Amino acid sequence: MSMTTQSAARVPVEDPAPPRANRRRRRTGSPLASAVTSVALWIYALIAVVPLLVMVTNSLRPNRELATEPLGLPFPPDFSSYQRAWIEASFSTYFWNSILVTVTSVTISTVVSLLAAYALARSSSRIVAAIESVFISGLMMPVFLMILPIFYLLESFGLVSTKTGLIMVYAAVSIPFSVFVLATFFRQLPGELEEAARLDGAGPLRMFWSVMMPLVRPAIATVVVFRFVPIWNDFFYPLILIRDRANYTLPVGLTTFFGEYQTDWSTLFAGLVIATAPLVLLFLVATKQIISGLTAGMGK
Amino acid sequence: MSATDQLTPKGRGQRRRTAALPTGTALLFLAPAAILFAVFVLYPMVTAFTYALFSWRGTTQGEFVGMANFVHLFTAEPYRSQVPRAFGHNLLLFAGAMVVQNSVGMLLAVLLHRRERFRRFFQTLYTLPYLVSPLVIGYLWSLLLSPLFGPVNALLRQVGLESLALPWLGDPSTALWVVVLVTAWQWVGFPMLLYGAALGGISPEIDEAAELDGASGPQRFFRVTLPLLIPVIGTVSVLTFIGAMESFPIPYALGGSTGSPAGATDVMSLIFYRTAFESGSSNAIGISSSIAILLFIVIFGLSVLFTRWFRQTERKLF
Repeated sequence: MSMTTQSAARVPVEDPAPPRANRRRRRTGSPLASAVTSVALWIYALIAVVPLLVMVTNSLRPNRELATEPLGLPFPPDFSSYQRAWIEASFSTYFWNSILVTVTSVTISTVVSLLAAYALARSSSRIVAAIESVFISGLMMPVFLMILPIFYLLESFGLVSTKTGLIMVYAAVSIPFSVFVLATFFRQLPGELEEAARLDGAGPLRMFWSVMMPLVRPAIATVVVFRFVPIWNDFFYPLILIRDRANYTLPVGLTTFFGEYQTDWSTLFAGLVIATAPLVLLFLVATKQIISGLTAGMGK
Repeated sequence: MSATDQLTPKGRGQRRRTAALPTGTALLFLAPAAILFAVFVLYPMVTAFTYALFSWRGTTQGEFVGMANFVHLFTAEPYRSQVPRAFGHNLLLFAGAMVVQNSVGMLLAVLLHRRERFRRFFQTLYTLPYLVSPLVIGYLWSLLLSPLFGPVNALLRQVGLESLALPWLGDPSTALWVVVLVTAWQWVGFPMLLYGAALGGISPEIDEAAELDGASGPQRFFRVTLPLLIPVIGTVSVLTFIGAMESFPIPYALGGSTGSPAGATDVMSLIFYRTAFESGSSNAIGISSSIAILLFIVIFGLSVLFTRWFRQTERKLF
């Protein structure tokens, strides 16, 4: 979880344009080498994907089949395990908690980070520069070090075990990465744009909202995707901060569920699929964003 | 760190050029983020360092004890034997990741670099496990590797490798390797993407020149391409190191909070978790905080050293 944060944070999003110069070089080489490459690529593709496919197929098979034929296929598919996970094992609750916590915290952090990043990019003040370096220091925050003080802080606010507490923490820890990416992006926009807007009589807020916001849309998409994934997947914060079952997010829900449903394999698989599905959906929608975001700025 | 070093100077230069916002307005724009950050990140971060210097009675801070909590870690059981073992496991996770995940990642990147068609398709497939929650990945593999009706052992039996159908997670001699391999499996897509981007940034003329000089494929890779990749290898190594030291969800899902079997999958983060939330010791906060600080010093210190070392290697080369 933390690695996702930091790794993403270290990769400045700059210019995701593919290096075109490389294109003309590609010669296919000998047919044998090309065939060997293809085989190798397909073999690893199977290694990467088959375990995930087994997770899906096994969630669609009844338990007795899982025991007698571990390698079978789900024909006809049996969806009763999803019903058990969703209703009996309260996955509906965990699922909506996860959605609420992730969407709200990403929204809050993105909005406050946009305002902050704009100020950082367009101010020459020393104080502002100092604040920026404090934000950036947060890119290296070790979660184990912070968790106990955060716990007591939330306790003093009466926010332990509440979704609000978790949302505030996620929104705050997302700020360094979001500010960092957005400020880099704002700095690339020419200052003349605002000059023109100012001449037309726009104030700072209007300038920010009507002129800058539409221009930084790609950076906003990157920030949203890159905070959504680790927060959705995160396990450690809710494990420590949420004690009340009604407020569990999916990962914490999974841990208790694995204890209780030990022998009900298809339901266990269904739970794993439910916890993963929204991300795969996000990935399919934003593959390009994710891949270029992960690597942007690295190919120097 | 590296990000900060690289970005601040450039940022400053550009900031001077365009100063459209008066300081007052800028501070107003900064206020919401700054307040949220100060309360929920900065304040906890600063107080965290004091926690380890006190003895605690449950949740109340007791007297100042200086280094006593740290001394306790190295002299009292169970920490005296558990901490070095867990730390060793973290290092093994790092070594395993470097050998397995980063070299497979590089191999895949090199293979994909040669072809334009289907590149995005394969990248998507290889990145998929990386996006799934590590906790889900850990639980998934614990089911797949189950000795009773786990599909992995069933498959091994079916293809005649009966002798390999082992209780992978039940045996202390194999359990840690399962943690290493599962972690590597999940992560491969990440170095693959970073190496791929770096390969795309290397000018093809360099490779062509070497080819004209008569260098063979492997020679070109090891003598020309690999040295040019050193900066990225450095970045990937530091990130891998941080990831290996902080590893928590996968060991938790595969071996539980005690690092079963027999502590074979125990790691530092699990000791921290057990001490803080499961030990019931009256000074749990003091001891667990000192574990967290120790871990932080190791991660931060070694990351800085790594980064420096790679920078120097880079400078020697170019």
